[in-house]
Amino acid sequence: MTQPVAQPLLTPDRTNGQPLLIVENLVKHFPVRGGVFNRVVGHVHAVNGVSFSINRGETIGVVGESGCGKSTLGKCVIRLQPCTSGKILYEGADITSLSHADMMPYRRKMQIIFQDPYSSLNPRLTVNALLREAIKFHHIVPTSEINDYIVHLIETVGLRPDVRSKFPHEFSGGQRQRLGIARALAVKPEFIVADEPVSALDVSIQAQVLNLLMDLKDKFGLTLLFVSHDLKVIEHFCDRVLVMYLGNLVEELRCDKLHDEALHPYTTALLGANPINDPDQRRPLVVLEGDVPSPFNPPIGCAFAGRCPKVMERCRHEMPPLESKDHGQRVACWAVD
Amino acid sequence: MNASTNSTAAPVLSVRNLTTSFRTDMGIVTAIDGVSFDLAAGETLGIVGESGCGKTVTSKSIMRLLPEHLTIYGPDSKVMFEGSDLMKANERTMRRVRGDKIAMIFQEPMTSLNPVFRIGWQLEEALKYHTDLNRSERRERAIEMLRLVEIPNPEHRVREYPHQLSGGMRQRVMIAIALCCEPSILIADEPTTALDVTIQAQILDLMASLKKKLNTAIMLITHDLGVIAQVCDRVLVMYAGRVIEDASVHDIFYRPQHPYTQALLESIPRSGGKERGKRLPTIEGMVPSLHELPSGCRFSERCRYCEDRCVQEEPDLLRAEDGRRVRCHFPLSADRTAAARGET
Repeated sequence: MTQPVAQPLLTPDRTNGQPLLIVENLVKHFPVRGGVFNRVVGHVHAVNGVSFSINRGETIGVVGESGCGKSTLGKCVIRLQPCTSGKILYEGADITSLSHADMMPYRRKMQIIFQDPYSSLNPRLTVNALLREAIKFHHIVPTSEINDYIVHLIETVGLRPDVRSKFPHEFSGGQRQRLGIARALAVKPEFIVADEPVSALDVSIQAQVLNLLMDLKDKFGLTLLFVSHDLKVIEHFCDRVLVMYLGNLVEELRCDKLHDEALHPYTTALLGANPINDPDQRRPLVVLEGDVPSPFNPPIGCAFAGRCPKVMERCRHEMPPLESKDHGQRVACWAVD
Repeated sequence: MNASTNSTAAPVLSVRNLTTSFRTDMGIVTAIDGVSFDLAAGETLGIVGESGCGKTVTSKSIMRLLPEHLTIYGPDSKVMFEGSDLMKANERTMRRVRGDKIAMIFQEPMTSLNPVFRIGWQLEEALKYHTDLNRSERRERAIEMLRLVEIPNPEHRVREYPHQLSGGMRQRVMIAIALCCEPSILIADEPTTALDVTIQAQILDLMASLKKKLNTAIMLITHDLGVIAQVCDRVLVMYAGRVIEDASVHDIFYRPQHPYTQALLESIPRSGGKERGKRLPTIEGMVPSLHELPSGCRFSERCRYCEDRCVQEEPDLLRAEDGRRVRCHFPLSADRTAAARGET
């Protein structure tokens, strides 16, 4: 089992003020049980010591292939799942091991939008009931104003107020995602984890939802952690991107520098594997050999070594540390100096 | 690429007026309506559109894979393949065509492989029905096919079960099964949608090199315009059960004539573009329900150029001199496209 390498923390000097959220060395292992006695036979190393910080008003993208731990990271950050070790600081306060009751005020501030809005909305509740539940629980507005507030919310996400009496199944995918967004916004959060919010949607609807998220972000001054496998969407939408591979953070950089300054071979491979929407710029896609290794038994050394075009002997034995570069870029690779 | 846009080359597949309706609880719904196109030998034809536009129904109708008791094909629907009409063929003939002459790969490689049989068995099954190879020849051919789709260690892999392979490997096995009888047409229905980008790149790369080697005509169904731009020669754009545009891949991307094609292209975030962080142009509204289609052009409700005539009368799919087809009363000219992009 590899020990998570200690990663230097970003100095929060890029903006004035303290980061809204600091994550230090976050580790999440899922036990795997098996055998006759159902003992723990091993662990899936979903997140392996990830550190980053998010400033207020910033949008950070998390990109990676399936199973790289990006969704788990999102869920651990807002404590929907307990983390194995590490620290989460929200506005400077350590929320990693707060009790259920102490966590409550933070639950209001931190919300999540899921990939599949259908399975994340209670099918037996009307839109009105869905939204009211959260608003009442967190005492967002006085009871007498709840109805007006719900109408306002529904209009904010671009739906007609008469949908209040409908059930989730009566909506299309795009509308349901709007409801999911309304549900997250209902409690006036500061920080939202958007877990693949547009992946299940058609292209034209995807653009509508992305625009909506962009507007809401400006309107309410939201801070977003945007998890997606689609680098094009992340590049368009986010300020910075965290690139993950098999539970490790391999690179962090600004999205406007993505094409020019990406250093990690995996980031460049991801960029090169994405087909360009232009038949005249057709180029051979960057084809990586092999598949992502199993997170159940991750390789010693760099997780990407088996597929990396720049692999060296050292990569197979030693995990590269995440090193800081200019413009807050960080990269974990032995081949980068 | 140029040869394929040449309409004089004899097509391997001609679809004419394909209309497929389904009996549902809410009455008869027409999923695709009057779809016509040709597929030339060695050509890669992309079919693109949003969910529910009829891409998959088109491919399954050609293969006649839809549940017969619920499906009604239009009386003048024709699928001409090797001189005969597949719409009129009986089940026995269809079984000979499927897998042998026209093969199909599906979106979800896990559910299209049988979990209880070994990879080798599944490859050999196709050979058993379509060729007269004996057992050992079939095994040899199966291994050869796995090698062709670049599966490492194929002698070992033929004895493995689908669950022992990764998603990308399973899709390779599906491609190997599809190609083992050297079909003249390969229908790929969202072959990379369930895969990660790096694996998608592997599969697209593989399909391109196999096409070169075997000269198979490919019908690639996808909603991903990036994939279309990367691999296709010609593109059909579908909307609400209709073909609305048919042109070479270059024309689709640079000179779209249908407002829907134009809007669809604009709404994808561009990589490395200057528009980063800006609002994306969107298509307002939603795809109309097939139960209540608008009377005129099916896109009229969402079209930014909609005029009275569009609401009253549905345009025909008209062929221009250069061979492209578009279903619009007021097709976009090059100047109009540039103006919309603000490049005047």
